[in-house]
Amino acid sequence: MAFNTKTQNKQQPDLISNRVSSIAPSGIRRFFDLLASMDDVISLGIGEPDYPTPYHVREAAISSIEKGYTNYTSNSGMPELRQELSVYLEKLYNLDYNPENQILVTVGVSEGMDLAARALLNPGDEVLIPDPCYVSYAPCVVLSGGQPVMIPTCEENRFEISAETVESLITDKTRAIILGYPANPTGAVMPREKLLEVAELACRHDLIVISDEIYSQLVYEGEHTCVATLPGMKDRTVFLGGFSKAYAMTGWRIGYAVANEHIIGAMTKIHQYTIMSAPTMSQVAAIEALKNGEESAAEMVADYDRRRLIMVKGLCDIGLSCFKPQGAFYAFPSVKNTGMTSEEFAQKLLIEEKVAVVPGNAFGRCGEGYVRCCYATSLKELHKALERMEAFINRYKARN
Amino acid sequence: MLNQVLRLLEDDGRLTPAQIATMLNTSESEIEKLISKAEEGGLILKYKAVVNWDKLEEEQVWAIIEVKVTPQMKAGFDAIAERIYHFPEARTVMLVSGAYDFAVVVTARNLHEVSNFVTHKLAPIEGVQGTTTHFLLKRYKEDGVILNDSGDSRRQKVVL
Repeated sequence: MAFNTKTQNKQQPDLISNRVSSIAPSGIRRFFDLLASMDDVISLGIGEPDYPTPYHVREAAISSIEKGYTNYTSNSGMPELRQELSVYLEKLYNLDYNPENQILVTVGVSEGMDLAARALLNPGDEVLIPDPCYVSYAPCVVLSGGQPVMIPTCEENRFEISAETVESLITDKTRAIILGYPANPTGAVMPREKLLEVAELACRHDLIVISDEIYSQLVYEGEHTCVATLPGMKDRTVFLGGFSKAYAMTGWRIGYAVANEHIIGAMTKIHQYTIMSAPTMSQVAAIEALKNGEESAAEMVADYDRRRLIMVKGLCDIGLSCFKPQGAFYAFPSVKNTGMTSEEFAQKLLIEEKVAVVPGNAFGRCGEGYVRCCYATSLKELHKALERMEAFINRYKARN
Repeated sequence: MLNQVLRLLEDDGRLTPAQIATMLNTSESEIEKLISKAEEGGLILKYKAVVNWDKLEEEQVWAIIEVKVTPQMKAGFDAIAERIYHFPEARTVMLVSGAYDFAVVVTARNLHEVSNFVTHKLAPIEGVQGTTTHFLLKRYKEDGVILNDSGDSRRQKVVL
């Protein structure tokens, strides 16, 4: 459901380009109208931290505004921020990126994904994308003239992609693979050895990997492997990162892309014509987050982990089997044993118990039968939501 | 582990051992053991609510009193502190560095009660040289909780 060929704007089909008409609005957005009219809803549908940005980060931005730092920055982003990013990537992954021409500061990973797709794809190029996945990947590919090809994943394989499946989908038109691990909506983390197999395929078939690693710091079990660190991958990886999730900075719209200078050069070309430069105050905030934010980020991560364990146990206790997420801040329980589709479940739960979850099919065909529950919400709310869900499930059990 | 349990309880004293056990990925009995040990050993003193008294119409007066003392031979500050902290009016008693020695937080029903406490109970204590009373005008943050925070969610109900 992340994309399909349904034609929107039926009244005036000529007004809107075929390309844009060919993509459906996000499946998540459909709940918006229904939700907006309701009070007392507990929303597990929000894909962002419940914390405000750490105060020292806000303070840094406020003080820069007071001092009048309100101009454009260099197209690629403030030199100091690119320098800090380069140090950060070196320290964290032992990756050496030149701040001069291999790092681009973007308006979140969202922009980075769009730029990467537009910079790399020719009409008809195929891009392999895990299913289920974050809702924007396939539309970004379509908007760039590419053709998304979904890589099915399943709970039995912990929502990891297998090299075997990937290889079976590679054609002579395949240009790139988009990866998004730790994964939204499943919370899956790709283990290093499985990622190595995929990387080996990418090298063998000369594919680019666009890796959305926005949740890289939110890993509770296992370890996050940065795709660019794998043998042969640094030169063929577009590594997208950001501050939104780990530093609770969603509203600042700030992220970065790193890759070889040819790709970053091409992405910068689009960025300078369409965006100019990422918001200046957000860049200042990002510098502060990189320099002094580690402690506050670690506290939040520890807190998400505790909520994760409460959420998974809670879901299992009320009778929904749930893959144990290892990263991000989503639980992705199966609702198959209720006999309802994802959408039915989500809609009825919202109307009857005022708990908002996102139907799994919004993230792709393989998400059918699941719902996404974001646990980045207070424990009090989580407990209340679980109680309401329990009442809902018991009621349906009694009926069946 | 003990440290994490204490932090969780300090933030929310109503968490059950079962909940804490789930959050810290351990058994309920393990947590129960830790908590009873902490309670018995005086590490956890008491569980209480953080109350926003300003929301109650009832009159209540809070004061912070600076107390300057002459330490007594042998017993030092502790003996004077003891004479102060036994008064139920003294909610908190701390020895501090700086221009005065003890900071005493006092709650009472009205100004008169506070002044009564200072003039009749606190000032006459042997060794007390002088006091300065600061009446509390407005409270902004209590035990880590911002009091005028509406708690309204700043988040959209659903985002991409």
